[in-house]
This record gives sequence, C-alpha cells and structure tokens, in this order.
Amino acid sequence: MNIPTLADLTAKGETPEILFWVGCAGSFDDRYKRVTKAFVKILHALDIKFAVLGNEESCTGDPARRAGNEFLFQMQAMSNIQVLNGYGVKKIVTACPHCFNTIKNEYPELGGTYEVIHHSTFLQQLINEGKIKLNDGHAFKGKKITYHDSCYLGRANNIYEAPREVLEALDADLVEMKRCRTTGLCCGAGGAQMFKDAEKGKKEINVERTEEALATGATTVAVACPFCMTMIMDGVKSKEKEAEVSVKDLAELIAEAKGL
Amino acid sequence: MIQQLIFAIVLLGFSFLIARRVRLIKKGIELGRQTPLTGDTATRWKNVLLIAFGQKKMFKRIVPAVLHFFIYAGFLIINLEVLEFIIDGLAGTHRFFAPWLGQVYPVLMNVFEFLAVAVLLSCVFFLIRRNILKIPRFWSAEMKAWPRLDANTILTVEIILMTAILTMNAADQVLQLRDTHYTTTGSLFFSSFLMPAFENLETGTLIFIERAAWWFHIVGILGFALYVTYSKHLHIFMAFPNTYVARLEPKGYINNMPVVTQEVKSMLGLAEVSTSPPTEPGRFGAKDVNDLSRASLMAAFACTECGRCTSECPANLTGKKLSPRKIMMDTRDRVEEVIKSQAGLNDGKSLLGDYITKEEINACTSCNACVEACPVMINPLDIIIELRRYVAMEESGSPASWNSMFQNIETNFAPWKFAPSDRFNWAKE
Repeated sequence: MNIPTLADLTAKGETPEILFWVGCAGSFDDRYKRVTKAFVKILHALDIKFAVLGNEESCTGDPARRAGNEFLFQMQAMSNIQVLNGYGVKKIVTACPHCFNTIKNEYPELGGTYEVIHHSTFLQQLINEGKIKLNDGHAFKGKKITYHDSCYLGRANNIYEAPREVLEALDADLVEMKRCRTTGLCCGAGGAQMFKDAEKGKKEINVERTEEALATGATTVAVACPFCMTMIMDGVKSKEKEAEVSVKDLAELIAEAKGL
Repeated sequence: MIQQLIFAIVLLGFSFLIARRVRLIKKGIELGRQTPLTGDTATRWKNVLLIAFGQKKMFKRIVPAVLHFFIYAGFLIINLEVLEFIIDGLAGTHRFFAPWLGQVYPVLMNVFEFLAVAVLLSCVFFLIRRNILKIPRFWSAEMKAWPRLDANTILTVEIILMTAILTMNAADQVLQLRDTHYTTTGSLFFSSFLMPAFENLETGTLIFIERAAWWFHIVGILGFALYVTYSKHLHIFMAFPNTYVARLEPKGYINNMPVVTQEVKSMLGLAEVSTSPPTEPGRFGAKDVNDLSRASLMAAFACTECGRCTSECPANLTGKKLSPRKIMMDTRDRVEEVIKSQAGLNDGKSLLGDYITKEEINACTSCNACVEACPVMINPLDIIIELRRYVAMEESGSPASWNSMFQNIETNFAPWKFAPSDRFNWAKE
C-alpha cells in the first residue's frame, strides 16, 4: 500500500486535504489494522489527497487523562500539538472516537485547534455528496445489522445519526438494540478500562452488551470504535457465536460493499 | 390577637432556623474550589428554563415524570396560597384575598384543590412504587435506612398536608352556611365531598377543626421547609442553580488543569518567562470535598437520590461497587460532616478513603450514561476523575496495569508495549 506521510508530502511541497490520524489501535492492533486499511482503500478509491503522520504520530493521551495522569496526558498532547502545528495541519479525520474526542475537545485549550472529523461523519458526507455509490448485489444488502453506539461518539459528542446513515447506504436491515443512542450501553472499555481488568462484579460489561446485540438477531454488529470492536468481538467469542455473527467497523462494511 | 402573636413567633422561629441552615449550606458549597463558568450565559438560562423549570429530562421516563409533574406544579401553585395563610395569620383576617379577587377566588381555590388531590394521589403512587413494587433503584446498596426513611417521610408529609387543605376547606364550607364571618367561596368541588362528614358537628367543633387544619397546614409547611434543608428533597431549590452552573462543554471533555500545563510547558521548554512567583499548586486532583469544584458540591445538594444515574451505569449494572448516585450522596454527607463538626476538614477523615473507595472510582468507564440520565444535570464523572487524579498524581496509587499503561505511553508513545518505530509497519503489511 502506498501511504503518503505528511513528512514526504511536505518535502515535496504538497499539502494534503486531510490528515488521517491512525491512532494506536489503528497502528498496532492486529484486528483493527484491517479497519485502518479499509479506510485507506476508500480514500484511495475516491482519490482523496490525504497523509498520515507515520512514526511521528503518538498516543493522544486519552487513557492517561481518564486514568487520572494529567501530567502524562498533557506531555502527550503538547508534543502532538507541536508536530501538528509544525506541519500547519488544518483538518484531521480519525476512525477512533477517543482520539477524535481528545483532539477535538481537549487540544484547543492547549494550543491545538483543528477541524476534527470522525470517519463516520466523513463517510456520511461522502455518501451524501454522491461520492460513495454502492451497487446492488453486495453482501450486506437486506442483511440484519445492528449498530453499537460508542460512548465517545454518542453521549460524549452527540454523533448518533452519521453512523446510522452510513449503514442505511448499505440498504441493510438496520435493527436497534433496546439500549441505543442516548441510552446506549457502554462496551466496557472507556475511561481506560481497556488497559486493566474489570473490577469485581457479577458480569463483564462486554458480555452484557453482546447479549443485547445478539438478541436483535443481527448477523453483523457494526461498530465505529477500536475499543468497542475488541470488547464486542470478545463478547461474541465468549458466546461462541463467531461463526454466525461478525463484528465490523463502518469503514470495513463500506469497503467490502464496494468490493475494495 | 393571641393567635396572631403565636403565629408571628412561629413564623419568626422557623425563618431563623431555615436561614441558619441556608447559611451553613452556603458555607459548605464554598468549601469547594472556585472555577470560572465558561460559555454562553444565554445557554445557561435556557438550561434553567427547559431542564429545571420545564423538567425536560424528567420526561425520558414518562410515568414518574407525569406523577412528579403534578407534585411539582402543586408545590409551585399551592404555595401561592401560603402567602394568604401568612397574611391571614399575621393580620388575623380570614381568606384575605377573597374580597379582592371576587369571582376569581373560588376558581383559584378549585384549581388548588384539584392540585392538592393530584399531589395526594401521586404521592400515594410513589409510596407504592417505592415500598410495594420495590423499583430496584430505590433498594440498591446505598439506599440504607436514612435515605429510604427520608423519601417516605417526604411523601407521607405531603399527603398529610394536602389532606389538611381539603379538611380545612370542607369545614370552612359548612361554616359558611352558618356564619357570615366566613367569606363565601362558593362550592369547592373536591372538598365538598368531605362536607357530609362535618355537617352534623356543632359550630364550635367545626371552628376548632377548621382552625386546627389551618394551623397544621401552615406549621407543617414551615416545618417541611426546614426539614427540606436536611433532606434529599432540597433539590426543589438546588435544581435551579445547579442547571445554571452545569458545564456546557461536550460531555466527552474533561477539564484542563492549568497548573499542570505550566509545569509541562516548562519541562518542554515552551514556557513564557513568568515574572510573578509561581503560585502554590495545592493538591493535584481531589482527596476531600475542598478539592472539588463548587459546582460539584452544589450538585451534591441538588441530588434527590432518584438513582436514574445508577440504573444506567454499566459498571453498576454488572455488579461492580460503583454507583454514581452514591458518589453524589457521599459528597454531600462529607460536606455536611465538615460543616457540622468543630474540626471541619481536619477531622482525620476524607472523601476518598472514608466515603468513596478506589474500587468504586476504578470501575468507571467514563461512558457518561449517568450524566445523560440525570434530570438536573449533575455530573458524577467530574468527581470520579478528580479522585482518580489524586490517586494517580499524589499517591501513584493507580492499579498496576494502569501504571504499566502510563509507562508504555511514556516510553513507547502508545498504551501497549510496542516499539514506536513499528508504528507505521501496518502500511507495509
């Protein structure tokens, strides 16, 4: 894959339309790297001029801040802001709701102000502009899909409709879980829970959520967050349903439906 | 004359006691850190109007919302009558407003009676929901003896107060037929049903019943006003300022710590040379209530322990110790303890440790379900994050796996242990 870095483009005197912020999960998580690639394929197919930071990217600091380590968060934030401002970045697209929330809401008061767009909104815009057109006969047409709201998109940033509009473009049978939108149940990974075991309790949160997703009878659980993806996939595995039910990111669904 | 004198003394006495409690609560809230209110004032007023006054968020659950709305409307409107009670009590008049309002007076009285009946029935329904249907959120761990008694006391007192109004009006209507001293109100729809119970009584007995109900109602209301300041029921007042001070940023935002920004800037060599001496940084995060913002402390007094937050909390739903409602109740209990004791904050206790445990705050997924659920815009997550900050930065007491995550971010710039030079490898795979 030919992925331009911002350093390369800048050296050539070019400016990309968008910076694709890949995030740590997008760079390192084996399953989630497929989402990164799916999104890149869409960008390539639509001839969108983008760049990534490559090795210059680093954790936004989200889990550090939420676990209480404000020093570490601000160290990360400021060095990222230095890099971003150094390149004069204006517009950032990311697939990770945690990176999205942090850069959009928390970087401005530390000196980093950008237009930050989550990939669900970005894909929705492309669909609305008619740039992403899906032919009939793709695998998801008419299939039952349920969407799991990421807390950091939904309640945290009021993004409820964009992911659903992306799914509607698939012409699939979109079914909602009992708890959805403002009352959507967390996957259990937010607030840095992704990086520790759950506290003592009666049940794992991801299992509770997965049961709800399975109860819809959907064969695909659509997610829009790397942590949600891990949690729901683990839940599906614990219910031994991985043969029947797949967990996919919005970008993967669109890329697959387009045959990319 | 003696009645007027007694009334004046009772009114003054309660006013004094209530004012003393209000001062104490104000002192309690002022223990907190003063933080500037950011954002648009118009939006803040809009929140007060829609969410506190208009109860917009209550209507996410329709049955309790409608019942609550009756009690709320009853409270606002019936209390207009208290004004007449106070004037009558001080001036020795009877139904002071009746001659002034003419034809409107009986209409108003009928409206008050309708509301009194609606309040009465709603309170009965609420008692049934709590004690017979045992709605789970009213019986979870933190709903110990006092919170349960508090809720039942409020509902029972409201039922008794409403009964007193209806009794008084019924006795009064019988008296109107016998004595011209009693201003004619015309037939009052609801209380007239009670008239048969009073018709055969002697006038003297009736006068006694009418007066007793009058006294009971007004003293009851004054006593209730004082009780409210000790109770979860304080939300009837605190909900309003609380929706005003509630933060306006997107829920995903976590407030910045400027003290840390200063230090980080100087570590990175970005700091502007400051001429003023560095300010005392104080404590990082919160160990006790005085480390929290005033908005958080006010929120604790605005909480009516309805438990909508806890019933939506993913951690609580899966059996973890965390309950966002308990976070608010503990915060208020700790403030009450500090303002009541001689030692104040130096009593050797603190919010974190003596009230809230690390196990509770470590269970939070920061999903904002509790914040979304609260009908009066209370934010338990703000408190949880401040407590976590104290644990992480002052005690280095975060869970071991979080400490490894911190270390990974510091050395590998990712929360997992991967070499930073491998970050871009996905493009080559």
